Parts: sequence; C-alpha cells; structure tokens
Amino acid sequence: MEYLDFELPIKDLEEQLTKCALIGKESDVDVTESCKNIEKKLLKTKNDIYKNLTAWQRVQLSRHPNRPYTLDHINSFCGETFMELHGDRTVKDDKAMVGGLGKIGDQSFMFIGQQKGYNTKTRQYRNFGMSNPEGYRKALRLMKMAEKFGIPVVTLLDTPGAYPGLEAEERGQGEAIARNIFEMTRLKTPIITIVIGEGASGGAVGIGVGDRVYMMENTWYTVISPESCSSILWRSWEHKEEAAEALKLTAEDMKKLNIIDGIIKEPLGGAHYDRENAFKEVEKTILAAYDELKDLTPKMLVKKRMEKYLKMGEFKG
Amino acid sequence: MSSWFKRKDKGIQTPTEDKKDVPKGLWYKTPSGKIVDTDELKENYYVSPEDGYHVKIGSAEYFEILFDDNIFEEFDKDMVSKDPLKFTDTKKYTDRLKQAYAKTNLNDAVRTAVGKSLGKDLVVAAMDFAFIGGSMGSVVGEKICRAIDYAMKNKLPFVMISKSGGARMMEASLSLMQLVKTSVKLAQLAETKLPYISLCTDPTTGGTTASYAMLGDVNFAEPNALVAFAGPRVVKDTTGKDLPEGFQRSEFVLEHGFLDRIIERKNLKQEINLYIDLIQNLPIRS
Repeated sequence: MEYLDFELPIKDLEEQLTKCALIGKESDVDVTESCKNIEKKLLKTKNDIYKNLTAWQRVQLSRHPNRPYTLDHINSFCGETFMELHGDRTVKDDKAMVGGLGKIGDQSFMFIGQQKGYNTKTRQYRNFGMSNPEGYRKALRLMKMAEKFGIPVVTLLDTPGAYPGLEAEERGQGEAIARNIFEMTRLKTPIITIVIGEGASGGAVGIGVGDRVYMMENTWYTVISPESCSSILWRSWEHKEEAAEALKLTAEDMKKLNIIDGIIKEPLGGAHYDRENAFKEVEKTILAAYDELKDLTPKMLVKKRMEKYLKMGEFKG
Repeated sequence: MSSWFKRKDKGIQTPTEDKKDVPKGLWYKTPSGKIVDTDELKENYYVSPEDGYHVKIGSAEYFEILFDDNIFEEFDKDMVSKDPLKFTDTKKYTDRLKQAYAKTNLNDAVRTAVGKSLGKDLVVAAMDFAFIGGSMGSVVGEKICRAIDYAMKNKLPFVMISKSGGARMMEASLSLMQLVKTSVKLAQLAETKLPYISLCTDPTTGGTTASYAMLGDVNFAEPNALVAFAGPRVVKDTTGKDLPEGFQRSEFVLEHGFLDRIIERKNLKQEINLYIDLIQNLPIRS
C-alpha cells in the first residue's frame, strides 16, 4: 500500500503494530495489551484524519495509485457478463475511454468510463485517463446503441482532463465533447453518472450529463484542476490547497450546490482500503437510481433531465 | 540456367474458382508451415491448434458452428444468377457461372438460413468465397434482403458473415447497386430495433466493407482477417509506399476504430449470443 503525505501517522502506527505482533510471535513477552493499545490509537488516528479531510486531501485520495478504476468497478458488477466494445468507427480505439455491455443482476447496462493505468506501462497505454476526441466519439456511439435498444447508460468519471494534444485539437476535441453533451441532454434512455475519481472539467462532463449524478466520497468534480487553477489565478502552482478549497470541488460541496444527487460513502481511508465494499456501494447506488428512472417514459426522462440542467446557475436580477 | 530462377508468368495465375477454401486431403499446412490433421482441424472449428491460424471456411462450416446440431432451414436455395448484361471477359459469365456451380456445388456466393443457436432462432447469412471470389451480385443482394425480411417478420436478430472480394464485375452497375439495396434493408432492420451483427472474415473487401460488413450494431472480425476497401496490393501500387506490418488485418482495423471486437472462432457462437442477450436485455444463455 502506498501512503499519501497526510497518511504518514497511519503508516507509523501500522508499522508499529506489525512489529508488535512480530515480537509477540518470536518471544515469550505478552504483547496483547500493547498491540491493542496501538490498534486503538490507529483507529483514532484514522478517524481523526479521514473524518476531517481538507479539499486538497480529497483530491489526493481521488488520485491514490491504489484507487480502483473504471474497469475494476465494471468487472466487479458484471463479472463474466461484461462485453467490452471498441472503436469510434472513424479513426481509432481510444484506450483512455472504455465501454461495453454487462449485467447487474438480470438488467443490462451500457457502461462507459475513462480508464487509468495501474503502473507506468499501463498508465501510458491508457494515456493517464485523458481521452482524445475518438474516446468521446466511441462513448457517444455506445450511448446511441444503448438508446436504440432501450438499455440504460452508466458513466463512470475518472479523468484529469481531456487530452490537450496537437492531434486531439486537429480532430476536434472541443467538437467531440460538445456533441456528447448535446446528445446526452436528449438521449432517450436513462443515464446514471458517477464520479469515481477525478472529475476534471469538460473532459469529465463530456460523458457526465445524467438523470442522476453521484460522487464517491473522496472524489472531486469541477471546472479545472486545483493545480491549474492556482497557476492561472495565483500565477504559481504553490496555491493548490487554497485553490482546492476555493473551487468547492468536493462531493459535499457539490451536493450543497445541488449539482449532484448524492454522495457514495467509501470505506474508512478510501475506496482502495476495501475495494469490495466500495464496489458494492456504487452498485447499490446504480440499482437504486435505475429503479427511480426505469418507469419514466423516454419523453418524460428527457424533459426532466433538460429541466434539471436549465435550472443550474446562480444570478441576480 | 538463370531462367530456372525466374518466374516466367508474373503474378498469381490460379483462377479464383480454383482456390480452395477448405483443405482437401489428410493434412493441412498453415501459412506458417504447421502441419495439421484435417480431422483434428474440423474438431477445432477449423482453427489450427498449432498456431491458431483460422482456415478459410464457407457457409456450410459457419452454419455448423452457429446452429445447434447443424439443424437449419435454408432460404432461397435455388435462386440463381441471370446474365442481364450478356457479359463476357476471357470467358462468358454464363460459362463462369456453370463452372462455379460444378466446382462448388453452390448456387451463388451467399447462403441464408434460420436455425436455433443456443436454443433460440437466429437468421444467418454466410458468404462463400469459393463461388467467384464471394462476389456480390444481384443474387447475393436479394438473398440477404429476403433473409432480413424473414428476421423482421419473425423479430429475430440477424448475423451477416462476410467473406468477399467485393462486388461482382460481371453484373457491373447492378452489382454496385447491391451496396445500396442491402443498406436500404439494413436501414429498415434498424427501424425495428432488432440487433444486426456483422462478422468480417478473411477476406472482407471492396463493396462488402462499403456496405453491410461495416454497418453492424456491432462489427466483429475473426483474428488476422483482411478487412479492407481497397486491397493492400492496390494501395501499394497506387501510393508507391511500403505498407505497415499488419496493414488492414483485423487487429489493425480494431486499433483504428472500425471493429468492436476480434473473436476467435471457438468463441463465436457464445459471443454472438452473449451480445444478443445483453443488448436485448434477456437472460444470458450459455
């Protein structure tokens, strides 16, 4: 397990606990009491740290190298029934965007999401979860397929942004995201969106227009990454913590702003501490959301979705 | 002496109808040189167990793979070509057809049928390369359209297995219009929201890629199949450029976004039916 800077006190205590247990094994000294004490202290420290996370710490957790990614979630929900589908039918199969059909229970869903890698090689292969236009176009193709057959869509958001590359611009990154947003507003099938990691700006909302939108507890979703915000507005990368606070990018903030419908609880310490339970919570959320949406006619669904987004924005006069 | 090493006649001389799809005899040699017993090949879905090479097979073998117990009802068995243009190249089209009938025991380059696949009715059209290079003329177009009509009438999914050199030159513009005709029928099928699965096999080229082969709700392909509009030789001659490794093979085509999946033949029946169950939100059969 890898530790973030603010998790170092936990790392110390976990190491102490391991040592303590080892002493107990290798000698006759009774360490039960000391081990218990350390355990208690560990739990208290964890509670202190994780129950009072700052916005920046949430951002760090959302990028934790052990955090489960899109395909981990999908494989956990669907197992053998997942069938990945590839290609945008135009130029490429974007590895940073994945999608396909799978079952949760007896219901088929079309899953779409950005995919990150888990080591250097796969991170490059997945382009760090940064899609090119073809990724958005693949996503749209799959959504249209789902719409045709009346299959509900689930999108899982986890991206540091759409890829800011030369070719991405040549092939119309902006157009691709715009087209997706436009088509998603009027897609005649339920869309359930969940931020499972990083929800960075247009790159995220390009698959993020939903009838229901949720965020996992340790994720963020806003218009720019705190680092870039700091560099633009403070003219230095050093103010990322302040920027993270100011942007109101946590799940709690987003709920208060009424932009999302709910927060999905994560195990203490984050989704990576207990992946199975994290997956279960997300799955429960998907099924509950689908239950609310499944009896709406396509017309009503679209009407409500449009009304929801038309209400967004704060102004005077 | 040196003429021993020179090829006197340039290019490939074997007439297309003499090229064999299915190996005859006891042994089969794959392109990488592996020797396989033909009975073993048959039991292994006509895939070499030595190197995974997918032997080119025809409609009979695909029906056998897809339909439960090889039981199916064939449509329009007796439909045959006319020679509307009185076409002659090095030989008369009518003679060419006669030869093809005799050699292949087929009536044209596609066969269409309905049968149970994993217990449920499925309409399948499968092409035969052995019949004039799997070329698409009026008969191919009409048989495909009628098979789709049957699928629509009975609310069944439709699977198209392409294996073709393209449109049939001997029917000229009438062949060209089969691209449009089959697309019209697929547009009608799309309206009914029944799944259309396209499977590209080696080779799927020319007019087939420019019509039904690329129009599936999902496009699948067998491994290492040539899937192209203009074939590699034409591209090379036209551009004068060396072609990249694996150019226009399934893996290349998948990478470039035109295929949903590459499917090994042994998984074909399972995966096609899995897609059907998923997209129609039905319980998964196995």
